[in-house]
This record gives sequence, C-alpha cells and structure tokens, in this order.
Amino acid sequence: MFVRGLKRKCFDGEEDIEGTLAGIKAIPSYNLQRQSLLDMSLVKLQLCHMLVEPNLCRSVLIANTVRQIQEEMTQDGTWQMINTQSTGQASLDRLVSTDILCRSSREQAEGKHVPGYSTFNKDFEGDQAQDSSETMSTASSVQAPRNLQSNVWEMENPQENKGNFQKSLDQIFETLDNKSPNSVEDLFSEVDNSYYDLDTMLTGMMSNTKMGHCDGLETFSSPTTTTSNSNCKSDLNELDHIVEILVES
Amino acid sequence: ADIISTVEFNHTGELLATGDKGGRVVIFQREQESKNQPHRRGEYNVYSTFQSHEPEFDYLKSLEIEEKINKIRWLPQQNAAYFLLSTNDKTVKLWKVSERDKRPEGYNLKDEDGRLRDPSMITMLRVPVLRPMDLMVEATPRRVFANAHTYHINSISVNSDYETYMSADDLRINLWNFEITNQSFNIVDIKPANMEELTEVITAAEFHPHHCNTFVYSSSKGTIRLCDMRTSALCDRHAKFFEEPEDPSNRSFFSEIISSISDVKFSHSGRYIMTRDYLTVKVWDLNMENRPIETYQVHDYLRSKLCSLYENDCIFDKFECVWNGSDSVIMTGSYNNFFRMFDRNTKRDVTLEASRENSKPRAILKPRKVCVGGKRRKDEISVDSLDFSKKILHTAWHPSENIIAVAATNNLYIFQDKVN
Repeated sequence: MFVRGLKRKCFDGEEDIEGTLAGIKAIPSYNLQRQSLLDMSLVKLQLCHMLVEPNLCRSVLIANTVRQIQEEMTQDGTWQMINTQSTGQASLDRLVSTDILCRSSREQAEGKHVPGYSTFNKDFEGDQAQDSSETMSTASSVQAPRNLQSNVWEMENPQENKGNFQKSLDQIFETLDNKSPNSVEDLFSEVDNSYYDLDTMLTGMMSNTKMGHCDGLETFSSPTTTTSNSNCKSDLNELDHIVEILVES
Repeated sequence: ADIISTVEFNHTGELLATGDKGGRVVIFQREQESKNQPHRRGEYNVYSTFQSHEPEFDYLKSLEIEEKINKIRWLPQQNAAYFLLSTNDKTVKLWKVSERDKRPEGYNLKDEDGRLRDPSMITMLRVPVLRPMDLMVEATPRRVFANAHTYHINSISVNSDYETYMSADDLRINLWNFEITNQSFNIVDIKPANMEELTEVITAAEFHPHHCNTFVYSSSKGTIRLCDMRTSALCDRHAKFFEEPEDPSNRSFFSEIISSISDVKFSHSGRYIMTRDYLTVKVWDLNMENRPIETYQVHDYLRSKLCSLYENDCIFDKFECVWNGSDSVIMTGSYNNFFRMFDRNTKRDVTLEASRENSKPRAILKPRKVCVGGKRRKDEISVDSLDFSKKILHTAWHPSENIIAVAATNNLYIFQDKVN
C-alpha cells in the first residue's frame, strides 16, 4: 500500500523564496512543496465520507496545517498560487509536476492575495461522495493547471483523464474566487452547523444553515425554502420525506 | 471476522475482551492450568460473544452512527458476575456477563418441555431441584448511557471509587454514576464559543488509578492536563500542564500533527503517565511538567516519510500504548504488524511481528529490524517494503503476568513468556 518511487525532499524550515525561479529543476522547491501541501490539505478537508461524521481531530489537525501554511505564506509575501502544468503522466507519488509556469509579472507586482477557501461546495460534495477513495489517490497525482489571468481561473487541462477531481477542484477554486478573502475559520462555521449543540437540539431549535450532507437529500423533496426562515413545519415534512426515502432504500 | 478495535484484560487477567468494528464483543477466558501438565500455561478460549452496539442513524444530522466499539473497560469483580463498559461513538453500555450452570427441574405445573400440565392430572406435589446443565454464559445490558455526547467518544475510564466513570469525546468529558443513566456531569468542556476558533481537541482521558479525584486528558497539540475534581465542578482549569518544548531542529509542517497524542495511560503505581504520539512514546513524571523523563522512538525511520503518510492518512493513525504489570516495560504498535517493547530499566527495546506467516504457534518470536540505510542485511526489512495497511493500534498486557494480546487488523494474537 505504501507508495514507492521518488524520494521527496522532506519539508523543513528552509526559507527559499528564490526557489520558485530556480525551481525549474527536478527537485521541487520549498514553495512548491508548500503549495502542493496546501492543495492536498484543502482537498482532504473537502472530501469526507457521505454517511459518517468526519473525524473532528483529523479535520482540526489539517485545518491547523493549512492555517500554518497560510501564515507563513503571508509572511513571505508569497501568498499567491503558482501556476503548474501537469505532465502527461502523473504518478501517484508525485505531488508536483516538473514544469512550472512562472507567475505573471502583474501578480508579482500586486502581491495578490488569493482568497482563502470558504464553505463547502454543494455539488462538489455530491460528486465526491461516491468515489472519495479513488479521488483521494488522484488528488495527489494531478495538479490542475491554472492560468491566472486577473481574477478568473480557467481550467486548461490537456490531460485525458479529467475525472471528477478536476471538475471538483475547479469548483473549489471558483468558489474561492467568488468569496471574499477569508481565513480557515470559515471552514468551521460549516462544521459547527453540522454538530448540534445538545442544548439547541433539546430546545427543538434547528440550526439555520443547511448541512452539507443533507443537501443531496434535499433535492428529493419539494423545493421548499431551505434557508434560515423555513418554518418548523416544512422542516418536519422534509424530515418525514427523507426518512421515507431512507427507509425505502 | 471483523476488524478488532479494542482489546482489554480484566483486573485479574482471567478474561480478555475484544471489541470490533461490527459492534461485537468477544470475551476470552483463560483455562485453569491443569494439574497433569503444570508447565503448560492456561490458554485463552472463547467465553462469550455478544452484540454490544448496533448501527444507528442520526436523523437530525443525516449521519450514520457507527457501531464500532471504541473502548472496553472492565469493572473490578465484586460478585460472581463480570461487568464491563463498552462504548461506540455516542453511547456507553454496561454489560453483565454471568454464568448459568444449573437449572431447576421438577416443576409441578409444567412438564420438562415447558408445556402446561392439566391441573386435574396432578396427584402429588414435588419440590423442584436444581440440576447441573451445560455451562451457559449470558451477557445482558444493564445500563445504557446515551445522549450525552455531541462529538465522538474516544475514551472511557472507570474511577477508583468504582461508583463513577468518565467518558470523553473530542471536546467534552462527562462524569457518570453507574446507577444513573439519564444524567451525567460535564467536567471538562473545551468547546470554544465560536467553533471557527477551534484548534485543539481532546484525544484521550483516564482516571488516576488510586486518587478518585484526579484524572488526565491529552490533546491534539501534544499537551496533557491533569485535573483535580475537588477544585471546582468544571475542571477547565488544570492543576498541572505537561508539555515538552518543541525541538526547533525538527520543525516541519507536520510537527503539530505528529505531536498529537493518541493515547495516555497512567502507570499502575500512579506515579507516571505514558503518552503516545505518532513517532514516540513518552513517560512523564507527574511531578515534572516541563518535559518527559523518558522518550522512546517507535519508528523514527518514518520521519522522512511524513509527507507520504500525510497523503495516505496514515499520519492520523491512533496508536495505543500499555504498561506491563510492574511498570518496567512499555509496549506499543507500529506498521507491518510490528509491535515494540521498551524496557525502562535496561533501556533495551525489541521489535516483534504478529503474523501467522512468519511465526508458528508456540515458536519463539524472532526480533525484527527495519533497515534505514542503503545496505539491507538478511532478515531486515526496508522502510519502503513496510505494509502500512497492517497496523497494530491496539495491544494489552496481562495485569500481573507476561502475557500480551495484540490485535492485528482482524486477528488477535496472544503471546506468553516461554516456559522452560
């Protein structure tokens, strides 16, 4: 199960800002490694099992790692995404591709801040649910080529196997782009809503925002309002409907 | 057979309980040593099997609640029956395991098959007598402690007063009385007011073996807090705080993840605590908070592979650790079905393997070695050949003898000291 292959350089505390330019080498630069670690972490946070609650400890640890990377990148002034273009062949144990597209000079001048990732993307989750295990393996191997032109991220992928992952990654980045820059805390605003406080549960108050896992199921029910103002009765009807479906399946 | 998720000896070592992913509990009992063969140690045979937890569905959150048994803890034996606590992510249950080896015979109103007799046909009365029957072991749920945890339960610990126990989830610890199932006291709550500020969770908790007011809990940031329940009802302020300063030379993006403590255990003496993080086992003296007194490397050769292990999620594996009866040896698991033992006195350590292919029953286990350098000697295994799907997370040590139980995925291995 353990992946053999290229020995990757271990992450350590080296600062290597110039590494990106010098990075057109076989060994990925520190910045590139850091970037790929960030990407991998984001994907890990998004992919969770459909039916079982995700492990909170794991989520917290990954989120802290992301936060740490973000902080470091902010300090570096390198809080920008590096363009990469995948090679035709992406083996499992390579996090980064060997070809690196340099950042556009405009971005360098602006010191553009990439908006932080925000809440879960509904469609993405729905897609991912089925084959989360497969996409986990492809996640590490594929780097979505991104062409940073102003604020629009376009998918430019000459690869044959697009797969769910490409589409989803694209969706994440689209979502990122649309929202205002936010830190990793936003992640837990979603998590919070899916973990009911015992108190709120007992007082019969349902949380306002929708839960990621329920979104898929909501498509079954009639398009009642699922916003914060939905009244209890429609919630109950929905719940009945959901239960019905589950029982039948 | 399902994946074993917990292993625990009872206080005498006579019984060994295992819980699995399917919610089942299997209890093994040690056979009495026969007088004919005094040198042959008692073997463990299946004593009782029962379904402890069933899968549930939380309709409010639309999430499944797994039936996997996270922990089993025995209560000390107080009468002929055995009691144990078993828990899944949300519910703790108290089970009574008792034997029945006699049954009454000679009822007046019903015959041996249980059919009712015609009263008019009865001409004389008899007194039912107890006759021996085949031994039957019954397990009955005596208490169900439910609906007290919003997050996943990772630990349970019986207090030394034998009247209370605690259950810990990611953010809270609750104190229960065995007799009361509809109420529990919350003694630790680290949930932030704003969940977005959450950066640390509780990973394990245990009561002190002798002081019923003292307990410890470990966190995902590699810290241990010792709390005294006498100081206040809510033990959010610790009495002692154990943390080792970070080694700056080893710093990486994975530093925090590998410092997360997966298990914490008091020594039998109550003087020390042992913690397990991803790469090491540490022994702490309760009187010294600023660093552990001993650190043992479990599999330091993985330090250069952390990125891959993060990728395949192995870095989040939660290994447990155990003391032997005299607190002189500690044991923990690793990958490739390896487990490690460290002798605290001689400072010697050994790596053993739990595998049917590589050792025959009753054969002495051969020490294993992982080679890190280029040259691999015969019988050594290289780091890249390790099988990371074969992980030993759960082990147990008999309370007084050198008998260990090792859970390797869905197999249970029991090893004993060789008798001359």
